[in-house]
Amino acid sequence: MSMTATVGRAHADPHHIGLVVEHPGPASKRIVTAYGFWVFLLSDIVMFSCFFAAYAVLVSQTADGPKGSEIFEQRNVAIETVCLLLSSFTCGMASIAADVRNRFWFYLGMAVTCVLGLIFLLIEFREFADLVSRGYGPSRSAFLTAFFSLVGCHGLHVSAGVLWLLTMMAQVFAKGFRADVLRRMMCFALFWHALDIIWVGVFSVVYLLGSGV
Amino acid sequence: MSDQTHARTEHDLAPGEEEQHSVGERIVGYVVGLGLALLLTATSFFIAGTDLVWQPSIPVALIVLAIAQMGVHLVFFLHITTGPDNTNNVLALAFGLLVVFLVVGGTVWIMAHLNQNMPPMDQFIRMHS
Repeated sequence: MSMTATVGRAHADPHHIGLVVEHPGPASKRIVTAYGFWVFLLSDIVMFSCFFAAYAVLVSQTADGPKGSEIFEQRNVAIETVCLLLSSFTCGMASIAADVRNRFWFYLGMAVTCVLGLIFLLIEFREFADLVSRGYGPSRSAFLTAFFSLVGCHGLHVSAGVLWLLTMMAQVFAKGFRADVLRRMMCFALFWHALDIIWVGVFSVVYLLGSGV
Repeated sequence: MSDQTHARTEHDLAPGEEEQHSVGERIVGYVVGLGLALLLTATSFFIAGTDLVWQPSIPVALIVLAIAQMGVHLVFFLHITTGPDNTNNVLALAFGLLVVFLVVGGTVWIMAHLNQNMPPMDQFIRMHS
């Protein structure tokens, strides 16, 4: 024990300047995992920024098809937004419950998050199906292509998130609150909150700015 | 531990992780975040459809509100703070934002100039037929 302490002290002050900077050693696995996932999320956001850029360039290329203001329904978008926002909140509650190892509140929080995510997906799917049935599918104009790819890509992320959420519930059910399960749960919470941040960009840039044009 | 000035010995915080708080404080944090986010969302939807404000200011207001709401989400839901234990997370975020602004700003800028310098479409078609 004293040996390691001396070694540690020598490393802490390699130039013998009397200033000891104590390094606590390599970061714990929890920090490394979450940090790596954070970097992935940022690169995912960079990918979304390309879709946003494409949308911004193509928004006026309607090829005599419908403009955004003719096909967007504010009421549906408002419901979707509230759903995602509340689900972000319940996801936070579930991760607190996981940290204090409270199974009941964890399952409840995750179940509510799941239901809200599914409501969001249902509304989005109905919007897409309605547009396609009216002949305004992604091949109608460059604007609609950009719209479907941007909003659809977010929708795919939410779908993947719902699957991940169910997996987390199953893992907690089968394995309990083990360290590795808790790490995955932390990554899932980061993912879900990041999706909500991207949705803020989507509803502001696509739906609200688009309905004014 | 003698007279040396030493740096903080605690570990850094993982993204999304909070400093040691009680459960009650953490829940309050989420409630505050939810309240602020709902307020900003409601303002966005109200501004987008109103006639009460000067119309050309609406897009700017919407973008400012969106950035503010993203900030609220980052602080209250993802717990990205300016604390010394969060430096790595903030730096990664800053780099991500740099790339995002380069991609979006650069694309919009270049494409707007291209559009300006292009001849009108009918003339373009005649030139090439």
